[in-house]
Formats: sequence, C-alpha cells, structure tokens
Amino acid sequence: MNIATKKSDVLVSVHDAKLHYPVGGAFAAMRGKSTVVKAVDGVSFDIRRGESVGLLGESGCGKTSMGRLLLKLEDITGGSIHFDGEELSKVQRKELKNFRSKAQLIFQNPFDAINPRFSIRATLSEPLENAGIPKSEREDRIIKALELVKLPEPAQFLDRYPHQLSGGQLQRVVMARALILQPEFVVADEPVSMLDVSVRAGVLNVFRDVRDRLGLTAIYISHDLALVRYVCERTIVMYLGRIMEDGPTEDIVHDPLHPYTKALVAAVPVPNPDQSHDPLPIGRGAPDPRNPPSGCVFRDRCPAAHARCAAEVPQPRPVGSRLVACHLF
Amino acid sequence: MTEQLLSVRDPLLSVRDLRVSYQVGRNFVHAVDGASFDVPRGSITGLVGESGCGKTTVARALTRVIAENATISGGQIMFDGKDLAKIPEKEMNALRWRDIAFVPQSAMNSLDPVYTVEYQLGEVLRRRGGMNRKRAGARSEVLFEMVGIDRGRLSDYPHQFSGGMRQRVAIALALALDPKLIIADEPVTALDVIVQRQILDQLKELQTRLGISVILVTHDISVVAYICDRTVVMYAGKVAESGTMHQTLTAPSHPYSMGLRNAFPDLQGAASGILTPIEGAPPNLANPPAGCRFKPRCPFALDICGSEPPVIDVAPGHPVLCHRASESASLRIEAAKTETWMGKVGMNQMETARA
Repeated sequence: MNIATKKSDVLVSVHDAKLHYPVGGAFAAMRGKSTVVKAVDGVSFDIRRGESVGLLGESGCGKTSMGRLLLKLEDITGGSIHFDGEELSKVQRKELKNFRSKAQLIFQNPFDAINPRFSIRATLSEPLENAGIPKSEREDRIIKALELVKLPEPAQFLDRYPHQLSGGQLQRVVMARALILQPEFVVADEPVSMLDVSVRAGVLNVFRDVRDRLGLTAIYISHDLALVRYVCERTIVMYLGRIMEDGPTEDIVHDPLHPYTKALVAAVPVPNPDQSHDPLPIGRGAPDPRNPPSGCVFRDRCPAAHARCAAEVPQPRPVGSRLVACHLF
Repeated sequence: MTEQLLSVRDPLLSVRDLRVSYQVGRNFVHAVDGASFDVPRGSITGLVGESGCGKTTVARALTRVIAENATISGGQIMFDGKDLAKIPEKEMNALRWRDIAFVPQSAMNSLDPVYTVEYQLGEVLRRRGGMNRKRAGARSEVLFEMVGIDRGRLSDYPHQFSGGMRQRVAIALALALDPKLIIADEPVTALDVIVQRQILDQLKELQTRLGISVILVTHDISVVAYICDRTVVMYAGKVAESGTMHQTLTAPSHPYSMGLRNAFPDLQGAASGILTPIEGAPPNLANPPAGCRFKPRCPFALDICGSEPPVIDVAPGHPVLCHRASESASLRIEAAKTETWMGKVGMNQMETARA
C-alpha cells in the first residue's frame, strides 16, 4: 500500500457501490426474465475512524452483502470502496493478506464459524500463523486476545474443543479470533442472533468495551434497532439494496423520518407491558429482490406513496442531521 | 375482559408436577422436573426461559410427541377431564390436531418440501378430519384466508414461500381442525422484526376471534409483553414463577425473572441504559446443583438456598419458587442495579457451562 502522507479522518469511503448477482441462468435469460439480483444498488457513505455504524434492515435488504463488500469478500460490480485511501478493487492478491489483517469479520453463528475439530488454541493460532507471527509469541497473543474478550482464566480454554464451550463463550472466541491480529476495522454480522438473551447482553458489553479500548471502527449488521442502538451511534437503514435513511441512532429511534424506518421502529417489541402499540405502518408482502418496483423500491409497501414515487428514484437528501431518500423530504 | 380470564378458575389445561426425563447412556437427564402451571381458556400463555431450561420439552410433552429416549416419568396433564400423561396412545392420537395442535419451531421443517401446501393441508383435513376432497379444498381456502395468504398460492410448494409466509402456513395447518389449544414453539424467533410483528398480530387476532388458547414458547420477554396474558417462567426444568403477564413483568419475583428483564434492550428506554447479563449458564440437568438450581448464578443466594426452595404465593395466582420470595419487593430494587449482578459468578461459570 502507498504510504499515506496524512491520515485522513475517513477510514472507509463507499461511493455508488453496486453488487449484482446473476440468477436464473441461461434459460431464464432466453425467456427474457431478469437475470440479476441487485443486492447492493448504488450505496454511498463514509465511515470516520473510530465510528460505529449500524447497518439495519430486513433479510434480503443487502446489509450482509454490503458488509462483505467492505471486507472485499465479494468483488464489487460497480462503484468504489476506499479503505484507508486505497481502492479495494485495486488491491492485489499479494496485498490482500495485509488488508485482511486490518479488516475482520465477526460471524453470526459461532457454532458454524469455528471448526469443531480444532481446539481453541488451534483456532486462534491459525490467523497468527498466516500473518507470520513466530511460534514463540503465539500463545501469549492468544491469552491476551481471550482476556480482551473477558473469558475468565483463558489458559484453561486453550485445549478445549468448541462443543465444550457455551454459546456465549464460543462467540467470545469468535471475537477473539477477529481481534487477534489487531485490526482497525471490524464488521460484525448479527453477532448475537444465535445466542440466548441472558448471554447476549454480556457479548454486547464485551463488543462495546473492546471497541472503545482498541479504538476500533465498526460496522454492526442487524435487523433489530434495539441492538443497533446499544452499540452504534450512527445507523444506516437499507431496503432492497439502497439506503433509505442515514443518521445518528438516537434521532432515528425517537423520530424516524423515512416511512420504512418508521415501520422498523414501530415493529420492535418492547419488554414493557404498559407500552402501547400502533398498527404497523407498512404494507404486507415481502419484497422481491428480482423484481424491485420502479422509482422508489419501497413504494409498494409505503403508506405515503404517491405518483412521483413510481416515476423517480429518490436520492438521499440532507434533512437536519440525517440523509433521507424519500420524496416526502 | 382480560381480568376475567386471568382468574384461573376453570383452566383448559392444568399441569401438575410434570416430570420428563431423557435417557442418555446409563444416565437420566431430568429435563422437566416437577413443573406445575395452568392455561386458562381463551388466553395466550407465554412459556419463557433460556435454551436448555425445558420449555420445549414441556411443550412437546403436552402432546406426547417426545423424543424416543424421553419418557413422561410423573405428574398430570389434565385437559378436558382427561389426564394426557396417562391415556392410551390411541386416545392421545385422536386428540392431536383436533384438540391440541402444534406449531413447530422451524416452519420449513414442519412442511414436506416435495408436496404442495394444498396437499399437506388436505392430508390433515381428510385423514384426521374425515373430510372428502371437496370439503377439504373449501376448508383449505378458508384457512388460507384466515392467515392472510392469497388462496391462489395453495398449489405452491414450501420453498416458494418466504419465511414469514411459511410460518403462516404452519399456523393454518395447526388451525385446520379447530383445535382448542395451539402450542407454538418459538414461532417468530427466526423472523425479521416486521414479519415477526405481523405474525404475532395475526396469531392474537385469530386467538381472540376463535376463542382458543395458545401456549407460546419463547425466550423473548418482549414478545411476551406484546401478546401474552399469562407467563410461566422456567429455569432448569422447574417453573421459577408464573402469573399474569403484568405480574411477572412489572413485578418479577424470582431473581431469575428479574435478571432476564435486565438483559433486554428497551427501544423506548433511556439511551444510557446498560444491559446486564446473567453470568454463567443453566446447570447441566444430568447433575443439577442441590437445592435451588439458580443458586450458582443468583446474586441473592443465602446458605438456605442449598435446600429445596418452597413455592410461595407472592400474590393470588402468582406462585414463586424461591426461599426469598417474600422479600421480592426489596430484591427487585437491588436487582435493577448492574453492580448487583457483576462478578457474582466468576469461578462457577466454568462448572455450569453446558458440557
């Protein structure tokens, strides 16, 4: 990588990113059916160093695809992503290892993310080995990483196997593996969705603590605004591959502007029996990513849709502290 | 109306001292170890707890659809004057679908991928309900309408439905023969928040309209707060606490229920709120701790907790399995503080981690 003359405030810069997957194959193409799913379709945002950003949306909204693009786990179809000033699509294979040590993924399901035949020591040694850390230093680094994620008495875990650990302990190991090479940037993809609520809180607290202590820049992917709010000061709401709203999490929680964000906020159940609930302000039916509506992709479920929404794609516009992609603003 | 159904005078289902054990090698794991609770008519009862606390085993035992190595080793399941724990299998089988229906955890697994949804609905209606093809067809259309799916989709295969739609199909299947009780095992856990809310609304609407009862197995107390009339909190194979949803959520009286409440993010709560986990994990039921099973994780445990806890009614219809239940009001104040739960476990955490 080039030696940056001056470190910019922005660590990740996404400009008009697109990720299109071909689907259906040749026969569908012959019958004239659409052959791409636009998982990410023209997304732009910057992430400042040390910022935590939530990517919020339902299944199929492109949030996981966006996360994978940020880590160069997918090849971008269009647009660009710059990481620390370097364009990701131009990073060569040889330099990829260097990038991987700086940007890491925390997986959703700890039971799938770790090889059941590897002991915890072997699981955590692998990234160190790949990064060329000498054998003599590895054990020390492993213990430090496990301490970082607050596994008490880490030494006794080294020779255990994944099935001997609880879900919460295992998710901490997954986190330790992502952090062991001291990355600057982590993408956490629904890291607590497979865990019991009673242990969720512990894992989220560790995530917050580690992020603050290491000054990490983080992306937290989830469909649950209550969780995103707990770890991120800023939230980007996605729907069918596009950004609907982008702004400070507290503003989004208390005063959602985009009609889709309003529905997402209203849908979150609250553990308080006296909380009143309004009917959901959203139309039925799951979005079909192969056949998104013209104009605004949300318009067929939007209670406020009007003629202009079908004709014209709304561009993100600044509204106070936020960006909102809706013709109402 | 709610007040009326909450006095459990004539319950639809009454479970007393239910015991279910799994044989694992030479050992017996007592997954359910003396559970008692009532399900009122025309209500939704939430069965809450962490994984491995026995809530799914209870749900399955109620229909006697349990694993091969499991046995109902004691207790009563009174339903409509019959003890479901004792009646012959033939009689039990006649009750399934007609009186008690089950909505399993993953709707994808409950539907056969090689048959159309119409065929699978028809199979239940014809073989269980004795309907002819024509009546079954008409009933299928009614059922689809009830759960809000276009009838034109009856001829689709399960994979053509989204996750939420499949869950609706599973609910339609459960409603097929007008049961009195539906047991739904984590029906919305794998779904997005919006779909989750839509399914819960649908379930509530159908439950009210048809006047049936629902047992909702869930680990999510926000779901309980949204939809349930009553709560049964389970921990390590026992009922820690049961009562009306309001009693158990606004005045939780077992330390475990208090801990669960702290662990939940509240979107309407203060932004600075800290989530407090209950450190450790439920005990290994092959070898549970003596006395109160929550003792190793409980910040309020005393020496006396090493002996079997009593069931104390903290309010009418609100039994709590705890030595200190009578002090619950003051414990609740302590339990709301994060520091109460910090550093309680430490060493114990290792032993209690599920092996």
